[in-house]
Amino acid sequence: MLQRSVAQRAMRIVIVDESATRAAVLCEGLAALDDCELFTICERRGMVARIGEIAPDIVLMDLGNPSRDVLEEYFAVSRALARPIAMFVDESDAESIAASVEAGVSAYVVDGLAPHRIRPLLDLAVRRFSAFARLEADLAEAKGKLAERDTIDRAKRILMDSRGLGEPQAYAELRKAAMDQGRRIIDIADAVVTAHRLMGGK
Amino acid sequence: MSNELTIGFLPLVDACLPILAREHGFAEAEGLSLRLVKDMSWATVLDRLLYGQSDGAHMVAPLAIATTLGRGRRAQPLAVPFVLGLNGNAITLRRDLADQVSPASGLGDPAAVGAALGAVAQARKAVGNPLRFGVVHRYSSHNYMLRYWLAACGIRPDEDVEIVTVPPPFCADALEAGEVDGICVGEPWNSVAVERGAGRIVLVTAQIWRRGVEKVLALREPVLAERRGDAEALVRALIAAARHFVDPANLAVNAEILARSQYLDGSAELIGRAISDRLLLVQGGDPVHYPDFMFQYREAANFPWVSQAEWLYTQMVRWEGGVYSAEDAATAARVFRPDVYRSALLGSAEPLPGASSKVEGSLAGLTSVGTQQGSMTLESNRFFDGMSFDPHDMPGYLARLP
Repeated sequence: MLQRSVAQRAMRIVIVDESATRAAVLCEGLAALDDCELFTICERRGMVARIGEIAPDIVLMDLGNPSRDVLEEYFAVSRALARPIAMFVDESDAESIAASVEAGVSAYVVDGLAPHRIRPLLDLAVRRFSAFARLEADLAEAKGKLAERDTIDRAKRILMDSRGLGEPQAYAELRKAAMDQGRRIIDIADAVVTAHRLMGGK
Repeated sequence: MSNELTIGFLPLVDACLPILAREHGFAEAEGLSLRLVKDMSWATVLDRLLYGQSDGAHMVAPLAIATTLGRGRRAQPLAVPFVLGLNGNAITLRRDLADQVSPASGLGDPAAVGAALGAVAQARKAVGNPLRFGVVHRYSSHNYMLRYWLAACGIRPDEDVEIVTVPPPFCADALEAGEVDGICVGEPWNSVAVERGAGRIVLVTAQIWRRGVEKVLALREPVLAERRGDAEALVRALIAAARHFVDPANLAVNAEILARSQYLDGSAELIGRAISDRLLLVQGGDPVHYPDFMFQYREAANFPWVSQAEWLYTQMVRWEGGVYSAEDAATAARVFRPDVYRSALLGSAEPLPGASSKVEGSLAGLTSVGTQQGSMTLESNRFFDGMSFDPHDMPGYLARLP
C-alpha cells in the first residue's frame, strides 16, 4: 500500500533555465503530463537553496547553463535531499541520452525513480528543447535577412545619391558587380556602405 | 582530404593551444580539420565527450581521472596523451581580507599569507561565519591546489573554511556580493575581478606548486584506440602551437585571437597580460611579472607524466575521505598516456623523457634528466612546503600529509 502511494505521488520537477522564455515553453509542454508538479528557477542566486526547499524528483537544466557544475557539486555533497540525485543515464538507451545532449538539456533524477516514469518526460523535454532551438534559428535567420535587406537598401541609396541613378539601375549596378566578381550582392552592398562611411558619408 | 576532430573547451586562457593549432594552421599541416565547441560548464564539456558530440576536450586534469574512476557518474575510461599546460591560476581575495592577510604590495609569501589567514579563519569560524572560498569545480586542480595550501598552513578545508563551486564567469560577482571571501580560478577571471575592484590577487598557484599539472587534452579511451593516428597528429599540432605560443614575438597576435567572440570573448589586454605572465594584482596598480605563471611548453611541460596523475589521485583520496586503493591508483595512472605522446613525437626535435614518472617536488634547483635524444634540464618543481611526492609510496605520502 505504502509503496503504491509513493509510486503514485506526483513527480516534482524543477526546470532550471536562465532563459525564462525557454523555461516557459518547456513548462507548458510538461504540463500535459498529468502526474507532475512543475517549478521553474530562472535566477542564478539562491538556486541551490531553492532546489533544497522544493526537494524535487527530477531537475532539468539547459546544457549552456554555467551553473551546471554548481548543481552537480550540490547533488554530490548535499545531505539536504533525502535521496541523492544523479545524472540520468539509462544504459539501455544511449541514443536517447545522446539526443538530449544534442537538444541541449540535461536531466538529474532521484535515486530509485523508475525509468519508465522518466522516459516520456525526457522525450517531451527533448522535443520542446529542439523546437525552441529551431525557433531561435529561424528568428536569427529572419533577423539576418532583414539586416541584409537594410544594407542593400542603403547601398542603393548611396549609388542613387552619388551617381544620380534610379533605384532599378542602382540595383542592377550592384548585381552586375556581384556577378563580375563572383560574390553575393550583400557582400558588394556591404563594401559600398563601408567605403561610403570611410569616405566620410553617413 | 583532412580528418575532422571536434574539441570541446571552456573560454579560459589555457584553452589556447587547441585554438591556436586551428587558427595558425598547425592542425591543417598535420592533415586535421579542427572544429572547436565552446561550452560554459565542465559538466557539458564532459557530456559532449562521453556522448560522442566531441572527440576530445580541454579538461581540468582531476576530472579526467574522476570520470575514469566513476566518481559522480558511471565510470568511463578517458585517456590523456597531452598536457595543455601547467599552473596559470591565482588566488584572489576580497580587498579587505587581502589587506589583512597580505598587507605588502606584490604577491604574498604562501606560508606567511597562510598563517595570517589561519587566524582570520579561526575568528570567523568562532562567530559561526566561516571563511568561504570558490573554486571552479570539485574535480579541478584549483580545488586541490587551494586545499593543499590551506592544509599546509594549518587551515582544515571543510572544517575551518568552506569551499564551494563557483563558475569562472561568476567569480568576480561572487566576490563583490560577498558570497565568497576568495576564489581560486584561471585567467582572465582573476584579472576581471581585479579590474572591477572586487578583489586583489595575493598568490598564484605556481607559488604553491612550481610545476602543477593543470588542463589536459582528454579523449575517450576507445576513441583514442580507434583514431590513434589522428590523436597523434593532434599531439604534433598542439606542440607546434605551444612552441608558437611561448614566443614573445607572437604575444599580441595570440592575445587578439584568443579574445575573439567565438573563443574567450574577452579583453585582449587582460588576456595579453596573462599569457605574458604579467598580472595586475590590484586595481590601479602596475602589472607584476611572475615568470612561469603559465607554463605551456618548456621542459616538456606537455608530457603526461604518470606521476602527475598519481598525485592527483592521492588528493582525491585525501579530500574525499576515502581509502587508498592500489587498484584505483593503477587505473588513475593509466589515464596519462606518455606512450602516445612519445610515438607522436618520435623523430622530432622535442625532448622525450626516458622515464614516465618522476618524484614530484624533488627538484629545488636545476636538474638534468635523460631523454631519448640525450638530456634536458628541469628547473625547480617544488611544493612551497618542501614536501615531495614519490609515486612509489603513495600510502606513505598520504600518511605524511597534514
